[in-house]
Amino acid sequence: MRVPLSWLRTYAAVPESVPTREVSTALVRVGLEVETIDETGAEVTGPLVIGRVEEFSEETHSNGKTVRWCRVDVGPHNEGGTPTDFGAPGRGIICGAKNFAQGDLVVVALPGAVLPGDFAIASRKTYGHVSDGMICSARELGIGDDHAGIIVLKPDVVGPLAAGQTATAPAELVVGADAGPAIYLRDDVLDIAVTPDRGYCWSVRGVAREAALAFEAGFTDPVALPVPATTADGYPVVINSDACPVFVALTVTGIDPTAASPRWLQRRLHQAGMRSISLAVDVTNYVMLESGQPIHAYDKAKLSGPIVVRKAAAGEKLITLDDVTRDLDPDDLLITDDSGPIGLAGVMGGQNTEVDANTNAVVIEAASFDALTIARTSRRHKLSSEASRRFERGADPGATYAAARRVAELLIALGGGTLETAETVAGGVPEVPTQTIDDQLPGRIMGAGIDHATVISALQAVGVAVDDHGDTLVVTPPSWRPDLTDPYDYVEEVGRVFGYEKVPAVIPTPPAGRGLTRRQRLRRLVGQALADAGYVEAQTLPFMGKAILDQLRIPADDDRRRLMRMANPLSEEQAELRTTLLPELLASVNRNTSRSLDDLAIFEIGPVFLAPRERTAAPRPAVDHRPTADELAAMDAAIGDQPRHLGAVLTGAVRPAGWTGPAQQVTWRHAIAVAEVAARAVGGTITVEQAEQAPWHPGRCAAIIAVSPDGTRTPIGFAGELHPSVIDDLGLPARTAAAEIDLDALVAAAPEIGTIRPLSSHPVVKEDIALIVDTDVPAAAVEAAVRSGAGELLEDIRLFDVYTGTQIGEGKKSLAYALRFRAEDRTLTDAEVAQAREAAVFAAAEATGATQRME
Amino acid sequence: MSGPNSSYDPVQVASLSEENVEAMVAEALRAFSEATTVAELKQARITHTGDRSPLALANREIGALPPEAKREVGKRMGQARGRVNQALKERETEISAAELERRLAEEKVDVTLPTELVTQGAVHPVPAVMDLMSDIFVAMGWEIAEGPELEAEWLNFDALNFIPDHPARTMQDTLFIDPPEHNLLLRTHTSPVQARSLLTRELPVYVVCPGRVYRADEYDATHLPVFNQIEGLAVDKGITFGNLRGTLEHFARELFGQDMVLRWRPSYFPFTEPSAEVDLLCFNCHGTSVGDPDNPCRMCKSEGWIEWGGCGVVNPRVLEACGVDSSVYSGFAFGMGVDRTLMFRNNLSDLRDTVQGDVRFSRSLVGGAR
Repeated sequence: MRVPLSWLRTYAAVPESVPTREVSTALVRVGLEVETIDETGAEVTGPLVIGRVEEFSEETHSNGKTVRWCRVDVGPHNEGGTPTDFGAPGRGIICGAKNFAQGDLVVVALPGAVLPGDFAIASRKTYGHVSDGMICSARELGIGDDHAGIIVLKPDVVGPLAAGQTATAPAELVVGADAGPAIYLRDDVLDIAVTPDRGYCWSVRGVAREAALAFEAGFTDPVALPVPATTADGYPVVINSDACPVFVALTVTGIDPTAASPRWLQRRLHQAGMRSISLAVDVTNYVMLESGQPIHAYDKAKLSGPIVVRKAAAGEKLITLDDVTRDLDPDDLLITDDSGPIGLAGVMGGQNTEVDANTNAVVIEAASFDALTIARTSRRHKLSSEASRRFERGADPGATYAAARRVAELLIALGGGTLETAETVAGGVPEVPTQTIDDQLPGRIMGAGIDHATVISALQAVGVAVDDHGDTLVVTPPSWRPDLTDPYDYVEEVGRVFGYEKVPAVIPTPPAGRGLTRRQRLRRLVGQALADAGYVEAQTLPFMGKAILDQLRIPADDDRRRLMRMANPLSEEQAELRTTLLPELLASVNRNTSRSLDDLAIFEIGPVFLAPRERTAAPRPAVDHRPTADELAAMDAAIGDQPRHLGAVLTGAVRPAGWTGPAQQVTWRHAIAVAEVAARAVGGTITVEQAEQAPWHPGRCAAIIAVSPDGTRTPIGFAGELHPSVIDDLGLPARTAAAEIDLDALVAAAPEIGTIRPLSSHPVVKEDIALIVDTDVPAAAVEAAVRSGAGELLEDIRLFDVYTGTQIGEGKKSLAYALRFRAEDRTLTDAEVAQAREAAVFAAAEATGATQRME
Repeated sequence: MSGPNSSYDPVQVASLSEENVEAMVAEALRAFSEATTVAELKQARITHTGDRSPLALANREIGALPPEAKREVGKRMGQARGRVNQALKERETEISAAELERRLAEEKVDVTLPTELVTQGAVHPVPAVMDLMSDIFVAMGWEIAEGPELEAEWLNFDALNFIPDHPARTMQDTLFIDPPEHNLLLRTHTSPVQARSLLTRELPVYVVCPGRVYRADEYDATHLPVFNQIEGLAVDKGITFGNLRGTLEHFARELFGQDMVLRWRPSYFPFTEPSAEVDLLCFNCHGTSVGDPDNPCRMCKSEGWIEWGGCGVVNPRVLEACGVDSSVYSGFAFGMGVDRTLMFRNNLSDLRDTVQGDVRFSRSLVGGAR
């Protein structure tokens, strides 16, 4: 809502000495968000004066353009101008417009003036003359959209008319005087974002009320007249829907169709963000801005029969004022007459009864409509108007009659005519429910000492009627506050009048907290451990498309195809929620490499979204009580599993070439190490197995298996080098590696409480063994066998060489292990160590067919 | 000195004469001082103090002396050997100090060379700052609650007193899951976690809910369809708006500095009543740019304040929908944007950086400097 300050001051007696900035600050304090202060007209600086066109000649130039070479009398400013060939006093000015005549008063920007857009006016040679200033149009001055011609100043009938006034002096037009006041150039406009609960502040009336509240200043209600009892004397109106509680119709006849809107009215409409159209339309808009009550004026001559408010019938159509044919819905509320629909109630009028250049009699509609009905119609027809915006947020039904009267009075003052004494008031203002509230409630909820008297005066200040019963108050909200429905709504009113800033700040004391949950703690540890190990965390958009699953060669029955699709995706290519972190991580690899960041080790921790195997609807139970356990379970079943995954992608060099050595390139190993780092961080144990899984290289893919303390093995994901075809299809760097594991599952498998083993100070015995196995025997299997064979005395095992070659024969590999033996309680004897070592070799032979390599 | 003695045989003991002894000592001292390395000194030591050194050989002669001469010569020899050993020790110290000096000089390296041992990894600034925020509450005894991002509409809207026709429920604002009649959506705030907390936790409840949220918003430097929030909820007996003020002022001071000032203004949210917006005093201009066109502030657009978040007393309708007796319990709730906080706390200029995976972004906030 844009509110010109002069308009606001008309109704709120804020002292003139209070600057705009302070008015704005005070409004913010009571809950209106002033987004900007627009200093309208301030962009025009320097001499802008009223001039009279004394004479002109029309000259057609070689470019085909006809211009007028004018002598303009600017009074005292004639002095100092460039001499002209006119032979009479005045400035010589070239003007391209032709909408003026000799003797007309115009607005002249003299050299030295600057117009909006830093348009500096200077004497300049043009069309063979020295043009000594500029005759301005409304648009050039930034005070209107009109650029059809220059402004011709005609004396207005009256000046700005406040409610209740019938005549004020119009601005004087004196040749040579400052033109600013005559065109109502300057005003500060407050641009206010109105919250949904304060529909009444979509009006000068509402904002002025808040300003008066903030400054404890006087307030004059521009629409104070109450709605009279139902009467059908005027234009006949029938209400056939309970979505319209009250409908006021007044008739004004004998209006001069040629009467134009005065400059002050046009200017204020423009400052408020609306366009000037015609006197009748401008006046209805002006009163709407002032009162918050949307008004419609029908051309009386175009109405046939009584006005009927009703819901639409199937198949009905209406051409609205914006020239769009609307197919009406049975839920749309209509204004109709004998000819059919003539308006979309509360949203927009119809073309068939539109006021035009010949209209001399109008029927003024000021009605109240159900907020939800209007909101739905507006949404249904994608038609948001100044009227619908106000009705949606609840216009004041109590203002209907006064607003209609205000329209009639302005029309008569500005365009002549008479108000027919026969009025129609169909329906009436709905009763507002009263409530009983505890007088201590505001103080108790705010946490401030707010006594009985303060509560009452605060409520009365915002227009609430209070019936004082001592400990309890019976409160009735004013007709413009449909939002006041609950006791806590009154608490807010008292709180904001009392002042939020005055409430003492007190930190509450919760019961002893339990700190981070294990899941939260471990998530942090995993992230930090990976960061410490050189991996960089990313967060990507969790959307995905089906196409990428095909590119990744994900098979049809894979869980990663359990997709949840958005009903209104932001893009068709990314219409599903991710079931794997890899697509967006791989996309971010490409984003990085396109920015010449080639050595990458990126990880992400976040949920994936797996559609339930059986899709169901989530219930939406009533909200006046807690949902049942079944209802809550049904909600959880419908949303599906959302496990938290850890994904990582690696490419380029793990360690770039440097002065200490050559580059070390990323390999499949580094992807598996991601899982190892994570497992170590959570204190869990993982093991790997050779696996084949898309999108990995079938020979370079490891299944990651979490091993619980009780020995349970849970597959939690995969890691390795990506399939070369996937790398080609996605344009990734060669040998890109990736890992993805279910972090929740890893955490679940990790022991919660660790064990500290005694530290043996007995000597260690080191033994090396080399075992020859077939090439396809997994090293992990050999190691496991050695471990189990060596038994308790084995303290540590480390693979230190893998050899393939002629010495051991085709299809074989040699794995060399360094073993460390140590007992907790004694120094080992040679015999004990030899026995353990032999048992290890034997176990490896049993399990993997290993033979010991002798040299 | 004693005079000549009739029983004294000067020829036999010439090597032990004072003159001779002095000469041997002088020779040894000269050799020591000429030695410049440990090896040379070792050689000089063997030559002049070893078993076959002149002094050692001379010393053996003492036994041949008459008893009356032994004392005097023995003393002379003892002093001579003492002087030599002392000089050797001193020279040894000198030389080993010089050798160490030389070694240290030779072993000098350019320590400004890169270490090449640690690759720079990093956690993402959003979770990093989110943890920082959460910890402020954990320190006050609060707990952190989490919940699903794909959520039931009831928990995201109905439970929070959004009327069925609320504009936020339209497809223009909210990402719904297909088919829409399944009443599933991507949560538009972390408030459903608050609702879940009330439904599942024992009262009183003091929880913060950090997490990712979704809106059908455009994707540009200042808007993302996916962003991050931290919300908080306290429900207890006797909770007041003043408790909300106390909590958020503490939070703001911990996060932004002890001199941070907040502005409270009435506002509207369906789930709180009374409601407020909280603004931070502008970090950059501290309010001095207001009404001073010559010193515009880009951070606060010369408003002096930066919008931080919304909050209020929990609407009793929300408590009732979650099965909490609103005549016994009251609560407050608040919510702030984490990404927005990064914008004015850490100078993040383009929100898209948070979701593009550019490694430079995550590396820009490291370690304790968050």
